[in-house]
Amino acid sequence: MIRSMWCAAALAAAGVSHPAYAQDAELSKIREEIRQLKESYEKRIETLERRLADAEARAGTQATASSPSTGRQANETTFNPALSLILQGTVARSSQDPNTYRISGFAPSGGEVAPAGRGFSLGESELIVSANIDPYFRGQLVAALTPENELEVEEAFFQTLGLGRGFTLKGGRFLSGIGYQNEIHQHAWDFHDAPLVYKAFLGGRLNDDGVQLKWTAPTELFIELGAELGRGRSFPATDRNRNSANAWSLFGHVGGDIGASIAWRAGLSHLRASPRDRAFEDVDSLGNATVQSFAGRSRLWIADFVLKWAPNRNASVTNFKLQGEYFRRRETGSLAYDDSAGSALFGSLGDAFESRQKGWYLQGVYQFMPRWRFGYRYDRLDFGTVSNGIVASGAGPAAADFPLLMTEHNPARHTLMVDWSTTEFSRLRLQFASDKSRFGVTDHQALLQYIFSLGAHGAHKF
Amino acid sequence: MKTLPQILAAAVAGASALPAVAALNVFACEPEWAALVQELGGDKVAVYTATTALQDPHRIEARPSLIARARGADLVVCTGAELEIGWLPLVQSQSGNSKIQTGQPGYFEAASHVALLEKPARVDRSMGDVHPGGNPHIHLDPRNIGKIATALGARMEKLDLAEAATYGARTKSFLDRWSAAIARWEKTAVPLKGVPLVVYHKNLTYLIHWLGMREAGNLEPKPGLPPTTPHLSELLAALKQNPAKAVVRTAYNDPRAAEWLAERAGIPSVLVPFTVGGTEGAKDLFGLYEDTLARLLAAVK
Repeated sequence: MIRSMWCAAALAAAGVSHPAYAQDAELSKIREEIRQLKESYEKRIETLERRLADAEARAGTQATASSPSTGRQANETTFNPALSLILQGTVARSSQDPNTYRISGFAPSGGEVAPAGRGFSLGESELIVSANIDPYFRGQLVAALTPENELEVEEAFFQTLGLGRGFTLKGGRFLSGIGYQNEIHQHAWDFHDAPLVYKAFLGGRLNDDGVQLKWTAPTELFIELGAELGRGRSFPATDRNRNSANAWSLFGHVGGDIGASIAWRAGLSHLRASPRDRAFEDVDSLGNATVQSFAGRSRLWIADFVLKWAPNRNASVTNFKLQGEYFRRRETGSLAYDDSAGSALFGSLGDAFESRQKGWYLQGVYQFMPRWRFGYRYDRLDFGTVSNGIVASGAGPAAADFPLLMTEHNPARHTLMVDWSTTEFSRLRLQFASDKSRFGVTDHQALLQYIFSLGAHGAHKF
Repeated sequence: MKTLPQILAAAVAGASALPAVAALNVFACEPEWAALVQELGGDKVAVYTATTALQDPHRIEARPSLIARARGADLVVCTGAELEIGWLPLVQSQSGNSKIQTGQPGYFEAASHVALLEKPARVDRSMGDVHPGGNPHIHLDPRNIGKIATALGARMEKLDLAEAATYGARTKSFLDRWSAAIARWEKTAVPLKGVPLVVYHKNLTYLIHWLGMREAGNLEPKPGLPPTTPHLSELLAALKQNPAKAVVRTAYNDPRAAEWLAERAGIPSVLVPFTVGGTEGAKDLFGLYEDTLARLLAAVK
């Protein structure tokens, strides 16, 4: 193009320098010559440009054939893993102190289950690093920088790529495949906090250290079966310092499409653990400190489903997501009670303990226009039956001395949220909840939350 | 291609399985690649199309049925250039299918066989959802389809040696018909040369480049951001100075913003199929181009 302009300029200059008394006929003859010259040049340049474009295309093909990262410079950083960072924070108010949060009638899970702190607080900043290790393995690290300035490893695992026949092996610390929400990263949740069933039965979520083997069936209907063996480092298990797995789980999921607008997935999971000395602190009926601990077997069943609707599967304008899970747990074993640090009335006691408890939640989130969604969630836990040998024997403390384990209470919660996402990388959320986790009181919570993601565009689970 | 356990597994899986006689099971990420595979493979392939023309290709989810279909695929054919980054990596890893992992012969990326336009010099999300490798909507330049067909045909021959001759012959036949069609389309599309168009998203760049049309504006303020009222007003004012001939949107774009602008600017709003299946006429790759050109020509007449 530059050449064509240069030629035209030169020719124009030649035209201008021509004596001014030239005849009209001569002038038009010159003009015609210039026009022809210009045309022929343009044609030749066009041909050259086309050849150049073809050559570029060929060069592009060769370059990308050798390195799949199109156009990126081949330097040391080419093999750097994908890096993304999640920034989160809240400003919240609540009518009850979040520091005294508990779910009455259910053994404390020891996880981070309390609602957002009052006032301004920073959430966990997550650093996600992932890459293919070689043609056979992939690796991922999710590290959380907590607002208390601690570094936590949420996930650090390898995963096979080339096992084939539908098998995938995962090892390290990872979010367990049980249930539906468990495997979803916190920044991708539809509400700020976890459903009550997750808080009560899994301490928020299950991310054990261990291995997972998963198999996807070669069928049109999505069928996935998985098994996990774990260290049992967190609730409902305990770390037992022994040469075998302390928790294991099995899960199966099926899924598919209904018509042109609905996709679904449903599943059933089972988690077994055998905790020893699973201790927590409580107070007796007079307010004196006690320590209780459970040893025995814990069996948890989860049924889950999720259904997503988007007109013609185009979720960009409107879409709806319905999700629900049902948890059912049975624990059998023995309970130890010790008040020697408090009233020292009974000292140290122990007897048989058994509980059958359950809970569920159902939530719907509707995107009613681009960028805007609102959602509602209902949570419910059922105290079920708890038999405590210490109380039954009648010789020691009474049920009132076990406010956490023995308060016959069915916790419930209503949660409403509206969120606004400028792009898929940023989200602002307003959430209100009326939380009856504690016996006899309702905690009114309101919060504003931000979630920003920087860096690599990670794929989100269904 | 199949080992005995695989055949048994497929048999056990029930009668709902694919017409399993086909030699090559292909999972196509977008309808244009499904159509191309069909052209090159004929009845020797069974093609599953993961997305439709009514879906925004940037906003696809790794839903269970996609994982199930990828599980049995011998070949995955996708655009690449990070277009499928939000879902394909999950489908690949969850399928447990070693054949279709990135870097394997069973993974074919169309974008690595053509030169990409609009490669950003600087990559920063303040510029919207830009693709670092360049604009990935490569299928709307028919010359790209030709190059990709050559590479894809060769890949299919490699993966299914038994039918290599068929793929070779079909590829050659397709390329002959395709280059004849390109010559024909370039002749019909002469009136479109230099025509200024307002587009919805930068998804028609290759079409505009091929036909020498001009992009006079974009309904999205930045790539991936939905149209806003202030931006549309600005665009309308700019169109008063430099009028465009039409507002063009694709089947998956929300029609409201395009209609709003077209009405106020007094120019036609044109729907183009974007990919196979986007309109009645776009039944295959030839239909896609014929219908697109017919709709544009009708609008600028």
